[in-house]
Amino acid sequence: MVPISYYLALSAVLFGLGVVAFIFKRNIITIFMAIELMLNAVNLAFVAFSRALGQLQGQVFVFFVIVVAAAEAAVGLAIIIVIARNRGTLNVERVDSLKH
Amino acid sequence: MTPQIAVFLVLAAMAVAGAVSLILQRHPIHSALSLIVVMVSLAGLYLLLGAEFIAAVQIIVYGGAIMVLFVFVIMLLNAGEEERTNVSRMARFVGVPLGVMFLLEVAYWIARATSHLAPPAAQLVSTRDLSTLLFREYVFPFELTSFLILIALLGALVLARREDSD
Repeated sequence: MVPISYYLALSAVLFGLGVVAFIFKRNIITIFMAIELMLNAVNLAFVAFSRALGQLQGQVFVFFVIVVAAAEAAVGLAIIIVIARNRGTLNVERVDSLKH
Repeated sequence: MTPQIAVFLVLAAMAVAGAVSLILQRHPIHSALSLIVVMVSLAGLYLLLGAEFIAAVQIIVYGGAIMVLFVFVIMLLNAGEEERTNVSRMARFVGVPLGVMFLLEVAYWIARATSHLAPPAAQLVSTRDLSTLLFREYVFPFELTSFLILIALLGALVLARREDSD
Protein backbone atom coordinates (compact mmCIF):
# COMPACT_ATOMS: atom_id res chain seq x y z
CA MET A 1 0.00 0.00 0.00
CA VAL A 2 1.09 3.55 -0.66
CA PRO A 3 1.57 5.59 2.53
CA ILE A 4 -0.95 8.40 2.88
CA SER A 5 1.86 10.90 3.45
CA TYR A 6 2.97 10.43 -0.18
CA TYR A 7 -0.43 11.63 -1.38
CA LEU A 8 -0.33 14.62 0.95
CA ALA A 9 3.16 15.56 -0.24
CA LEU A 10 1.99 15.35 -3.86
CA SER A 11 -1.03 17.45 -2.97
CA ALA A 12 1.24 20.11 -1.43
CA VAL A 13 3.50 20.16 -4.50
CA LEU A 14 0.53 20.50 -6.86
CA PHE A 15 -0.97 23.28 -4.76
CA GLY A 16 2.38 25.09 -4.74
CA LEU A 17 2.68 24.77 -8.51
CA GLY A 18 -0.85 26.17 -8.79
CA VAL A 19 0.18 29.18 -6.70
CA VAL A 20 3.29 29.67 -8.87
CA ALA A 21 1.17 29.56 -12.03
CA PHE A 22 -1.33 31.98 -10.48
CA ILE A 23 1.44 34.49 -9.75
CA PHE A 24 3.53 34.12 -12.90
CA LYS A 25 1.03 33.78 -15.72
CA ARG A 26 -0.22 36.87 -17.51
CA ASN A 27 -3.14 35.40 -19.43
CA ILE A 28 -6.37 35.58 -17.48
CA ILE A 29 -7.56 32.18 -18.76
CA THR A 30 -4.35 30.51 -17.60
CA ILE A 31 -4.70 32.17 -14.20
CA PHE A 32 -8.16 30.67 -13.99
CA MET A 33 -6.69 27.26 -14.82
CA ALA A 34 -4.20 27.71 -11.97
CA ILE A 35 -7.15 28.11 -9.60
CA GLU A 36 -8.61 24.84 -10.90
CA LEU A 37 -5.23 23.18 -10.30
CA MET A 38 -5.24 24.34 -6.67
CA LEU A 39 -8.80 23.04 -6.20
CA ASN A 40 -7.67 19.67 -7.57
CA ALA A 41 -4.72 19.54 -5.17
CA VAL A 42 -7.05 20.14 -2.23
CA ASN A 43 -9.39 17.43 -3.51
CA LEU A 44 -6.50 14.97 -3.50
CA ALA A 45 -5.77 15.80 0.14
CA PHE A 46 -9.48 15.31 0.98
CA VAL A 47 -9.60 11.87 -0.61
CA ALA A 48 -6.29 10.86 0.99
CA PHE A 49 -7.52 11.80 4.47
CA SER A 50 -10.83 10.10 3.79
CA ARG A 51 -8.88 6.92 3.07
CA ALA A 52 -6.54 7.32 6.04
CA LEU A 53 -9.31 7.90 8.58
CA GLY A 54 -11.66 5.36 7.04
CA GLN A 55 -14.46 7.93 6.77
CA LEU A 56 -16.47 8.86 3.72
CA GLN A 57 -17.13 12.51 4.57
CA GLY A 58 -13.98 13.54 2.71
CA GLN A 59 -15.31 12.09 -0.53
CA VAL A 60 -18.65 13.85 -0.05
CA PHE A 61 -16.79 17.14 0.35
CA VAL A 62 -14.82 16.43 -2.83
CA PHE A 63 -18.11 15.92 -4.63
CA PHE A 64 -19.34 19.32 -3.45
CA VAL A 65 -16.03 20.97 -4.34
CA ILE A 66 -16.33 19.62 -7.89
CA VAL A 67 -19.90 20.92 -8.20
CA VAL A 68 -18.90 24.37 -6.93
CA ALA A 69 -15.89 24.37 -9.27
CA ALA A 70 -18.18 23.69 -12.21
CA ALA A 71 -20.43 26.62 -11.26
CA GLU A 72 -17.38 28.80 -10.69
CA ALA A 73 -15.95 27.89 -14.10
CA ALA A 74 -19.19 28.85 -15.85
CA VAL A 75 -19.45 32.27 -14.15
CA GLY A 76 -15.71 32.95 -14.31
CA LEU A 77 -15.46 32.21 -18.02
CA ALA A 78 -18.49 34.44 -18.67
CA ILE A 79 -16.68 37.24 -16.82
CA ILE A 80 -13.56 36.58 -18.91
CA ILE A 81 -15.63 36.86 -22.11
CA VAL A 82 -17.04 40.21 -20.91
CA ILE A 83 -13.55 41.50 -20.04
CA ALA A 84 -12.18 40.42 -23.42
CA ARG A 85 -15.11 42.09 -25.20
CA ASN A 86 -14.88 45.36 -23.27
CA ARG A 87 -11.12 45.78 -23.10
CA GLY A 88 -9.92 43.79 -26.09
CA THR A 89 -7.16 42.02 -24.19
CA LEU A 90 -6.64 38.94 -22.04
CA ASN A 91 -3.48 40.25 -20.41
CA VAL A 92 -4.13 40.99 -16.74
CA GLU A 93 -1.52 43.74 -16.75
CA ARG A 94 -3.65 45.70 -19.21
CA VAL A 95 -6.73 45.49 -17.00
CA ASP A 96 -5.72 48.33 -14.69
CA SER A 97 -8.54 50.90 -14.71
CA LEU A 98 -8.41 51.23 -10.94
CA LYS A 99 -4.79 52.37 -11.13
CA HIS A 100 -5.44 55.38 -13.36
CA MET B 1 8.69 -1.61 -4.35
CA THR B 2 5.15 -2.87 -4.54
CA PRO B 3 3.17 -2.43 -7.75
CA GLN B 4 0.94 0.14 -6.03
CA ILE B 5 3.88 2.38 -5.24
CA ALA B 6 5.14 2.07 -8.82
CA VAL B 7 1.71 3.08 -10.17
CA PHE B 8 1.58 5.94 -7.67
CA LEU B 9 5.01 7.20 -8.71
CA VAL B 10 4.10 7.10 -12.41
CA LEU B 11 0.81 8.96 -11.86
CA ALA B 12 2.42 11.47 -9.50
CA ALA B 13 5.20 12.16 -12.02
CA MET B 14 2.54 12.66 -14.72
CA ALA B 15 0.60 15.09 -12.51
CA VAL B 16 3.67 17.13 -11.56
CA ALA B 17 4.93 17.16 -15.16
CA GLY B 18 1.52 18.40 -16.34
CA ALA B 19 1.47 21.14 -13.69
CA VAL B 20 5.01 22.27 -14.60
CA SER B 21 4.06 22.24 -18.28
CA LEU B 22 1.01 24.39 -17.47
CA ILE B 23 3.42 27.01 -16.12
CA LEU B 24 5.99 26.77 -18.90
CA GLN B 25 3.71 26.72 -21.96
CA ARG B 26 3.15 30.11 -23.54
CA HIS B 27 -0.03 29.33 -25.42
CA PRO B 28 -3.23 28.95 -23.34
CA ILE B 29 -4.43 25.95 -25.35
CA HIS B 30 -1.23 24.06 -24.47
CA SER B 31 -1.73 25.00 -20.83
CA ALA B 32 -5.28 23.65 -21.00
CA LEU B 33 -4.07 20.33 -22.46
CA SER B 34 -1.46 20.09 -19.68
CA LEU B 35 -4.20 20.65 -17.12
CA ILE B 36 -6.17 17.76 -18.66
CA VAL B 37 -3.12 15.51 -18.13
CA VAL B 38 -3.05 16.56 -14.45
CA MET B 39 -6.75 15.82 -14.05
CA VAL B 40 -6.59 12.40 -15.68
CA SER B 41 -3.63 11.35 -13.54
CA LEU B 42 -5.46 12.60 -10.44
CA ALA B 43 -8.40 10.39 -11.44
CA GLY B 44 -5.96 7.47 -11.54
CA LEU B 45 -4.76 8.37 -8.05
CA TYR B 46 -8.35 8.42 -6.79
CA LEU B 47 -8.79 4.92 -8.19
CA LEU B 48 -5.63 3.89 -6.35
CA LEU B 49 -7.14 5.33 -3.15
CA GLY B 50 -10.28 3.26 -3.69
CA ALA B 51 -12.56 6.18 -4.55
CA GLU B 52 -14.11 4.94 -7.79
CA PHE B 53 -17.03 7.34 -7.82
CA ILE B 54 -14.82 10.38 -7.31
CA ALA B 55 -12.51 9.14 -10.07
CA ALA B 56 -15.42 8.86 -12.50
CA VAL B 57 -16.76 12.29 -11.53
CA GLN B 58 -13.26 13.74 -11.91
CA ILE B 59 -13.02 12.44 -15.48
CA ILE B 60 -16.58 13.39 -16.47
CA VAL B 61 -16.91 16.79 -14.81
CA TYR B 62 -13.35 18.07 -14.69
CA GLY B 63 -11.72 16.37 -17.66
CA GLY B 64 -14.91 16.59 -19.67
CA ALA B 65 -17.21 19.49 -18.90
CA ILE B 66 -14.95 22.09 -17.30
CA MET B 67 -12.00 21.62 -19.64
CA VAL B 68 -14.25 21.65 -22.70
CA LEU B 69 -15.57 24.99 -21.43
CA PHE B 70 -12.01 26.28 -21.11
CA VAL B 71 -10.95 25.11 -24.56
CA PHE B 72 -14.16 26.52 -26.01
CA VAL B 73 -13.54 29.95 -24.47
CA ILE B 74 -9.88 29.94 -25.57
CA MET B 75 -10.97 29.28 -29.14
CA LEU B 76 -13.91 31.71 -28.95
CA LEU B 77 -11.67 34.55 -27.80
CA ASN B 78 -8.91 33.50 -30.17
CA ALA B 79 -6.41 33.74 -27.33
CA GLY B 80 -2.91 34.02 -28.67
CA GLU B 81 0.48 33.50 -27.09
CA GLU B 82 1.28 35.33 -23.91
CA GLU B 83 3.24 38.52 -24.30
CA ARG B 84 6.62 38.13 -22.68
CA THR B 85 7.10 40.65 -19.94
CA ASN B 86 10.63 41.36 -18.89
CA VAL B 87 11.33 39.17 -15.89
CA SER B 88 14.28 40.41 -13.89
CA ARG B 89 17.39 38.28 -14.01
CA MET B 90 17.33 37.92 -10.24
CA ALA B 91 13.82 36.44 -10.34
CA ARG B 92 14.95 33.86 -12.86
CA PHE B 93 18.21 32.76 -11.24
CA VAL B 94 17.29 33.13 -7.58
CA GLY B 95 13.53 32.76 -7.61
CA VAL B 96 13.30 29.45 -9.43
CA PRO B 97 15.78 27.51 -7.21
CA LEU B 98 14.28 29.06 -4.08
CA GLY B 99 10.77 28.13 -5.22
CA VAL B 100 11.77 24.55 -5.99
CA MET B 101 13.51 24.26 -2.61
CA PHE B 102 10.48 25.67 -0.83
CA LEU B 103 8.11 23.24 -2.57
CA LEU B 104 10.30 20.24 -1.78
CA GLU B 105 10.66 21.35 1.82
CA VAL B 106 6.91 21.76 2.30
CA ALA B 107 6.33 18.34 0.73
CA TYR B 108 9.00 16.77 2.95
CA TRP B 109 7.63 18.21 6.18
CA ILE B 110 4.04 17.34 5.34
CA ALA B 111 5.09 13.79 4.48
CA ARG B 112 7.08 13.57 7.71
CA ALA B 113 4.41 15.04 9.95
CA THR B 114 1.72 12.72 8.62
CA SER B 115 3.79 9.57 8.29
CA HIS B 116 2.10 8.08 11.37
CA LEU B 117 -1.18 7.89 9.42
CA ALA B 118 -0.84 4.32 8.27
CA PRO B 119 -3.01 3.33 5.32
CA PRO B 120 -5.81 1.09 6.57
CA ALA B 121 -5.62 -2.42 5.24
CA ALA B 122 -7.72 -3.15 2.18
CA GLN B 123 -10.94 -1.72 3.50
CA LEU B 124 -13.01 -1.09 0.46
CA VAL B 125 -15.41 1.80 0.40
CA SER B 126 -18.23 1.18 -1.98
CA THR B 127 -20.12 3.74 -3.99
CA ARG B 128 -23.26 2.50 -2.24
CA ASP B 129 -21.96 3.70 1.15
CA LEU B 130 -21.06 7.03 -0.37
CA SER B 131 -24.49 7.53 -1.89
CA THR B 132 -26.18 6.51 1.36
CA LEU B 133 -24.20 9.15 3.20
CA LEU B 134 -24.83 11.72 0.49
CA PHE B 135 -28.60 11.22 0.35
CA ARG B 136 -29.19 10.72 4.08
CA GLU B 137 -26.94 13.11 5.94
CA TYR B 138 -26.02 15.54 3.22
CA VAL B 139 -29.26 15.66 1.27
CA PHE B 140 -29.92 19.33 2.11
CA PRO B 141 -26.53 20.58 0.85
CA PHE B 142 -26.97 18.30 -2.16
CA GLU B 143 -30.27 19.95 -3.05
CA LEU B 144 -28.75 23.38 -2.45
CA THR B 145 -26.10 22.68 -5.09
CA SER B 146 -28.86 22.44 -7.69
CA PHE B 147 -29.86 26.02 -6.85
CA LEU B 148 -26.21 27.01 -7.02
CA ILE B 149 -25.87 25.57 -10.50
CA LEU B 150 -29.12 27.19 -11.62
CA ILE B 151 -27.94 30.59 -10.36
CA ALA B 152 -24.52 30.11 -11.99
CA LEU B 153 -26.25 29.25 -15.25
CA LEU B 154 -28.39 32.40 -15.11
CA GLY B 155 -25.39 34.49 -14.11
CA ALA B 156 -23.30 33.19 -16.99
CA LEU B 157 -26.16 33.86 -19.42
CA VAL B 158 -26.69 37.41 -18.16
CA LEU B 159 -22.96 38.19 -18.22
CA ALA B 160 -22.21 36.77 -21.64
CA ARG B 161 -25.29 38.21 -23.38
CA ARG B 162 -24.67 40.89 -25.97
CA GLU B 163 -26.46 44.13 -25.14
CA ASP B 164 -27.19 45.44 -28.58
CA SER B 165 -30.95 45.13 -29.10
CA ASP B 166 -32.12 48.23 -27.23
